[in-house]
Amino acid sequence: MSYSALAVTAVVAVLVVDLAVLRTRLVTRRVFWATYAIVLVFQLLMNGVLTGLDVVVYDPATLWGPRIAYAPVEDLLFGFAMVTLTLASWAAVNRRANTAARRGRDTDTRRSSTR
Amino acid sequence: MGHLTYLALLAGCLAVTAPLELVLRVRVYARWRRFLVAVLPEFVVFVAWVLYAIAQGHWDYSAARTLGVRLPGGIPVEEVLFFLVVPLCAVLAFEAVRKVTGWTAGDEG
Repeated sequence: MSYSALAVTAVVAVLVVDLAVLRTRLVTRRVFWATYAIVLVFQLLMNGVLTGLDVVVYDPATLWGPRIAYAPVEDLLFGFAMVTLTLASWAAVNRRANTAARRGRDTDTRRSSTR
Repeated sequence: MGHLTYLALLAGCLAVTAPLELVLRVRVYARWRRFLVAVLPEFVVFVAWVLYAIAQGHWDYSAARTLGVRLPGGIPVEEVLFFLVVPLCAVLAFEAVRKVTGWTAGDEG
């Protein structure tokens, strides 16, 4: 698969994970999109340096062509998938820990670890 | 200095986001074990993606701007660190936005 095809696949996959697998539904929340907007600014900066200084060099044959701040547009999809998977997983782990803590309080049993 | 380019960028990410933990007290570093559990799927999937991309020739890394330490599969050690550092920064930003705005994420229990 080309980088382009993989990047599109990854975005679809993380949306499925967020909405249907973990059911964290972060993409329906303001807190997620505000975070993504901040991350995106820093991604464009860091990716711009990484690709502008040729720390990473791409094979043009595997790309659509358009670039933003030196980086191929596929990197935006790559970054979105990476951040969304991370935050959905973080929210799922938090939800499990917080639910366990609440149940511990409700039943007046020993409270579970916050970690 | 050239060999430190990629590593310096990663250090910069940690430096820029550190105040979120120290000043805003978002408690992400404080919950480092929870972070390590949460980051695992991303780390496994994206390192696998990079190994595939290197094998397929989708992209490669500058020998002059990395330390030159390549792990099995040809992945530079900085690239492995990238998949821990960037998610850490993203989670710090997420918790900072939550704290500052009061917006919920649905994981509050």
